[in-house]
Amino acid sequence: MTYLQKPKLHHPQLPTNGLGFTHRDYEGAISTLCAGCGHDSISSAIIQACFELSLPPHRIAKLSGIGCSSKTPTYFLGQAHGFNSVHGRMPSVLTGANVANRELIYLGVSGDGDSASIGLGQFAHSIRRGVNMVYIVENNGVYGLTKGQFSATSDLGSKSKKGAVNTDSPIDLVSMALQLGASFVGRSFSGDKRQLVPLIKAAINHHGAAFIDCISPCIAFNNHAGSTKGFDFVREHNEAVNYMDVMIGREPIVADYAPGTVEVVTQHDGSVLRLRKLVEHYDPSDRLAAINYLQERSASGEIVTGLLYVDPKADDLHDHLNTVARPLNELGTADLVPGAAALDKLNASLR
Amino acid sequence: MPKPITSVNDFVVKFANVNGSGSASANQLFAKSILRMGVPIASRNIFPSNIQGLPTWFEVRVSGANHLGRRGGVDLMVAMNPQTWDADIASIDPGGYLFYDSTKPLPLSKFRDDINIVGLPLTQICNQAYKDARQRQLFKNIIYVGALAWLLGIDLGVIEQLLGEQFKGKDKLIAPNIQALHMGRDYARDHLPQIGLKVEHTDAVGDRIFIDGNSAAGLGAVYGGATVAAWYPITPSTSLAEAFMRYCKRFRHEADGKARYAIIQAEDELASIGMVIGAAWNGARAFTATSGPGISLMQEFIGLAYFAEVPAVLFNVQRGGPSTGMPTRTQQADLVSCAYASHGDTKHVMVFPEDPAECFEMGAQAFDLADRLQTPIFVMLDLDIGMNDWLCRPFAWDDSRQLDRGKVMSAADLESGKQFGRYLDVDGDGIPYRTYPGTHATRGAYFTRGTTKDRFAKYSEDGATYVDNVNRLLLKWETAKRLVPAPVRRDAAKPTNLGVLYYGSTTPAMNEALGTLEAQGVHVDAMRLRGFPFSDEVEDFIARHDRIFVVEQNRDAQMRQLLINECEVDPAKLVRVLHFDGTPVTARYITGAIAGLVNASTAAPLRKVVG
Ligand SMILES: Cc1ncc(C[n+]2csc(CCOP(=O)(O)OP(=O)(O)O)c2C)c(N)n1
Ligand code: SF4
Ligand SMILES: [Mg+2]
Repeated sequence: MTYLQKPKLHHPQLPTNGLGFTHRDYEGAISTLCAGCGHDSISSAIIQACFELSLPPHRIAKLSGIGCSSKTPTYFLGQAHGFNSVHGRMPSVLTGANVANRELIYLGVSGDGDSASIGLGQFAHSIRRGVNMVYIVENNGVYGLTKGQFSATSDLGSKSKKGAVNTDSPIDLVSMALQLGASFVGRSFSGDKRQLVPLIKAAINHHGAAFIDCISPCIAFNNHAGSTKGFDFVREHNEAVNYMDVMIGREPIVADYAPGTVEVVTQHDGSVLRLRKLVEHYDPSDRLAAINYLQERSASGEIVTGLLYVDPKADDLHDHLNTVARPLNELGTADLVPGAAALDKLNASLR
Repeated sequence: MPKPITSVNDFVVKFANVNGSGSASANQLFAKSILRMGVPIASRNIFPSNIQGLPTWFEVRVSGANHLGRRGGVDLMVAMNPQTWDADIASIDPGGYLFYDSTKPLPLSKFRDDINIVGLPLTQICNQAYKDARQRQLFKNIIYVGALAWLLGIDLGVIEQLLGEQFKGKDKLIAPNIQALHMGRDYARDHLPQIGLKVEHTDAVGDRIFIDGNSAAGLGAVYGGATVAAWYPITPSTSLAEAFMRYCKRFRHEADGKARYAIIQAEDELASIGMVIGAAWNGARAFTATSGPGISLMQEFIGLAYFAEVPAVLFNVQRGGPSTGMPTRTQQADLVSCAYASHGDTKHVMVFPEDPAECFEMGAQAFDLADRLQTPIFVMLDLDIGMNDWLCRPFAWDDSRQLDRGKVMSAADLESGKQFGRYLDVDGDGIPYRTYPGTHATRGAYFTRGTTKDRFAKYSEDGATYVDNVNRLLLKWETAKRLVPAPVRRDAAKPTNLGVLYYGSTTPAMNEALGTLEAQGVHVDAMRLRGFPFSDEVEDFIARHDRIFVVEQNRDAQMRQLLINECEVDPAKLVRVLHFDGTPVTARYITGAIAGLVNASTAAPLRKVVG
């Protein structure tokens, strides 16, 4: 029963973070996914990121659609409210939640079927509205929960486990997010925590719509030869443009890299992203160049990963709506109800 | 030639115009001038789904006796649209009047010999006075208002005052409008006799206000404490969302301009309801405004809100269905699709406002109901209430009233060790406690889902757990019967075993019909339904009468279906009285239908009634 406090002091040897919490305080229920499923690695990266950022777990809201990927919010942050909504509609529910209370951190978890097929419209519109959120697609190129049908991110020519060849063009959510105006866009691989954890941390600290496409192999239905989303294929074709350290607050910036190989980005909230460049000319502040580069590398069969684009000074939906600083869900009768006198005046104008 | 109709403060004027010709504001000016003379009116637009060029009508019922439904029939036709001429002429009551533009001579065959013809060379007057085409069109409308003022005895000073109010801030438009008004009045005075229909100053309007139901409902949402609105444009609900926006702009901004509300025009109705559910889950009061097609798209989400017990308010301004149906005509045809929206066993609360005053009240109350019952609430307007200006009692508010947020556990409650089970019924009313996300560091978090769960929100596929949960929802349904607005009863002058049930925009026509029937010696006890589920009073009313007419504006007698289904009434007791051509039901229609049914069954001589 999640409302019960977890015994915290059982493992005095476990490291604690700034809030005195251990890693365990960020865990959830035991996963019921297949052993080895990429999604579980992403859950543990989320746990690690939140732990390292010393976030109070209950100040995070985790929302998802339907699918194996969308089940995962049960398996992390047990003290956070969660909402497993309907298939493909997490973005609208998250948007509404975010509007109601701008002070929580919103973590949207979805799958490639959830976001690129049934939910493509909601994915697009939540991004273009600039909802302040972290939107993670756990992308396995397949419908896991309904047992192995192609999804809309399956690559052209990719083979299903039963041997069928995909003849439809794939949807690249990263390119779409860039085109739609996402102010933080990353791609990573569930098997590369060194890249994924800092990416999630930076996304959480980003003000605006942060989108992460995380390739996450499906052990059961899409990890065979001929699949372009299996472990081996992704390892062979992963082309990381950068790795990143995320520093919060006043941590000193230690220059331990050769000049020209590190780029420093300071976000809205003061968090500092230190990008160690692997591709020398890749500039994550240039949206158009990013789109071009992705297309070019994708044509040669490579999967570009890393922090692909960031606008550290972006606006969010609340900025656009000009809402009050206080969360709307805290406003009471006195703030909201104009009262009888105002009504009398209005009545007089309607005669 | 029948005798010309003569009547003071009791007649129907109908304007036949072309959409987009600027007639709407002139017609409203005409209607409002009568109201300002202290004479009650009811006005209704009948308009096409089109921006320019198609026929539209505007009907003004002048009723010193306060009959505010449609009467049926036309006493004075202002025929400004050649496209609809024949049908318009045919709709005039014998002895009635035709007002038309006589610039071009028309063959005699185009008229009727049992009506009175009043021709005014409108285009000619207009073309002589104005050179600019747009001016000609706009002032033509004001000129005919001036002519009508003479014919009916409307106080020109009242119209001038209204023009002054209308163009306040754009003052240089006032004089030319008044000039056009006088041009029409002067020509009519010099060339035409007054007609048998008269408007006379009286004091029958009192403190009532004149407003459309969508504006009233949008205002109700402001007073109900709604902070989040998500919507997708669709006639006839669009003006409800726009009214919320307008009143929020007036009432909900801080000194520094910051907004205490958020309005999102969503990408479609699925997203609208998703946003509403997300916001309400997170503790804000949220609503959407839509019409039938939007409700159809929201089905899956509505089931989620029902099953996960998330409050939501849906204003459904009904229009003619199915499919795109008659998008600019009125019907009450979404009762079944809302009552049982979504898959699986679902039932939803509905409220039925009778006029804009109740649109305001129920619009506000819906948010209390949603929070109290933790479920979607449907406020069922229709195009007639939503988009027409109605004369109704003024809005009122009790300043001691607080928003009822229902059963919510605070951080202090959780801290004190109160047991929290999201789906645990601790009070025996079927309504559990909820927490808002982020309330407490270690207590009160739970997982919201559409799948089966136990009383502590834990996922479960156990059959007994499922049954326990859905049976509790039925208990909550029983609680809802006591919370929805109670029905309003109006007993006949004499004891009778006949009853009538009706709801929503049918009310004014029904009220008038009841009076007429009473005068004819047909005694019927009446009950106006205001909420679903039905309270015990409704079942009791049905039990106490042998024959109950159910008057509604749809083909399939949807309220009757709900009554039969929910109250297990013998269907033979409930007699359908249905009107569903897309125009608002008239008093004459209801009177005729009920009198016909009563007379047929008592084998008394049939009275002829005009349908
Ligand atoms: C409206 C609706 N249609 C279909 C389904 C069935 N369904 C459940 S999960 C799923 C696909 C999930 O794919 P993805 O989002 O890629 O998640 P994965 O399981 O691969 O992580 C489908 C089609 C559903 N739950 N709801
Ligand atoms: S079916 Fe695939 S996606 Fe689903 S849990 Fe198993 S491995 Fe993961
Ligand atoms: Mg998938």
